[in-house]
Amino acid sequence: MAQIELTDVGLSYFTLKQETEALRDINLSIKHGEFISIVGPSGCGKSTLLSLISGMLKPTSGKIEIDGAAVSGVSPKVGYMLQHDHLFEWRNVLNNLTVGAEIRKMDRGIAKRKALELLERYGLGDFAHHGPSQLSGGMRQRVALIRTLVAEPDILLLDEPFSALDYQTRLTLSEEVFHIIKDQGKTAVLVTHDLSEAISMADRVMVMSKRPSTISNIHEIRFDEGEGLSPWKKREAGGYHQTFNAIWKELEEHVVASL
Amino acid sequence: MSSPLYEKYLRIQKRKLWLIGLSRLSVLAVFLALWELAAGWGWVDPMLTSKPSLLLSSFRELAFEGSLLKHTWISGLETVVGIAVSMLLGTAIAVLFWWSSFASKVLEPYMVVLNALPKVALGPIFYIWLGDSYSIYGMAVAISIIVTIIMVESGFREISKTKLKLMESFGATKPQMLRMVLLPASVPHFIATLKVNVGLTLVGVVMGEFLSSKAGLGYLIIYGGQVFQMNLVMVSITMLALLSVILYGFVHLLERFARKKYNYEA
Repeated sequence: MAQIELTDVGLSYFTLKQETEALRDINLSIKHGEFISIVGPSGCGKSTLLSLISGMLKPTSGKIEIDGAAVSGVSPKVGYMLQHDHLFEWRNVLNNLTVGAEIRKMDRGIAKRKALELLERYGLGDFAHHGPSQLSGGMRQRVALIRTLVAEPDILLLDEPFSALDYQTRLTLSEEVFHIIKDQGKTAVLVTHDLSEAISMADRVMVMSKRPSTISNIHEIRFDEGEGLSPWKKREAGGYHQTFNAIWKELEEHVVASL
Repeated sequence: MSSPLYEKYLRIQKRKLWLIGLSRLSVLAVFLALWELAAGWGWVDPMLTSKPSLLLSSFRELAFEGSLLKHTWISGLETVVGIAVSMLLGTAIAVLFWWSSFASKVLEPYMVVLNALPKVALGPIFYIWLGDSYSIYGMAVAISIIVTIIMVESGFREISKTKLKLMESFGATKPQMLRMVLLPASVPHFIATLKVNVGLTLVGVVMGEFLSSKAGLGYLIIYGGQVFQMNLVMVSITMLALLSVILYGFVHLLERFARKKYNYEA
């Protein structure tokens, strides 16, 4: 059964000057434990789609369900990871990690233990009592992911989480984040501009058209080398370039059309 | 181990700091000496300018009599209470404006007018409504509260929207956003506002005392002027300067403490 189900979802923005139709007829179902990437021309409403799934925005038409229940308001099943880590400078790493748990009024002791355990597990155990400013960009983003995990979501929404990082950190971190997400058995939806990132991390890549955006195509990412390859292995796989070129071509048409 | 070159650098920097401190003191010393000599040699009329040695003796007189310290204490207390009230009330109003963008939009033009209005003009109203002692608080708060609201509110606006989006993604309520993000993130702005308020509130207090009071440094200054006692006026002004130095000192200490606790850069 699908964990996330979008049926005929549409969304329009209203301003005093005009009405903008951002999304139209989005139908998508995402299975439990699946990793899906969303790519498309800038301003096509990729991030909007994440806000809809998270319950921060209401669709103008259609319905969104998580585990068979209609989404109304922010669901505790969903965790969000943003482009910037937004760690709070006035809290140390450990207290930053429990922010989500605090908001959701979860047990503090349990949250703290879980935070420490995750820090330890993902190689940041020594930094629990450091200030955020003492961490590197890649470390901060890993802390941000752990902060999301401490609140115990089933679904992770990743909104260009690596785009503020330098190329090398980006490659390393995407590999790590992939392993953390698989290790924790979470469902993930990644929005990105980076096509190679989208392909290497996901089981399926969804291409969106220009506004009003619809799903133009969904590509299964499957290589002869086997199932569940890590991003690194996928980039090395024989069929990688072919897949990349196919999606690139499709994207290019939308990008040109939106110019 | 530091290299000789680095040690030399440190020595030069240290000498620079000394030079600055020394020059500051000399400016004051030269100013006082010139004043004293000018009055002593008849370049200026000591009746109009007084002179430092006279000030010292009147200070001794006034201080030992007890009234000067009492007046300073009264003005100081009024200022501290005024600052506290405008900080608390101003922050509360800024929070209200953040909470309800409707209220903020409705009241915006009134804020602009109130900000531009010379609050001193309200003096007689405060005097009639609040009486001679409370009108001073009225004036002090009137002068500093609008600036407090505007500064704290602009601080709130500077906090990035995505930080609040992060809070929203966890399902945070408005009180939670306020407590966990807005207030702690605004600590640097609170300190900056406090610094501005020390000066403004003192203006309010002295202004209020000019208009109505029977005690305080503002009262002494006006009284000294009326009976042509320049010594009294000058001594009171010096005490006022000292008072502001002390208040700034406190704010500075508070800032150091806050910077450590909330881990922010100046």
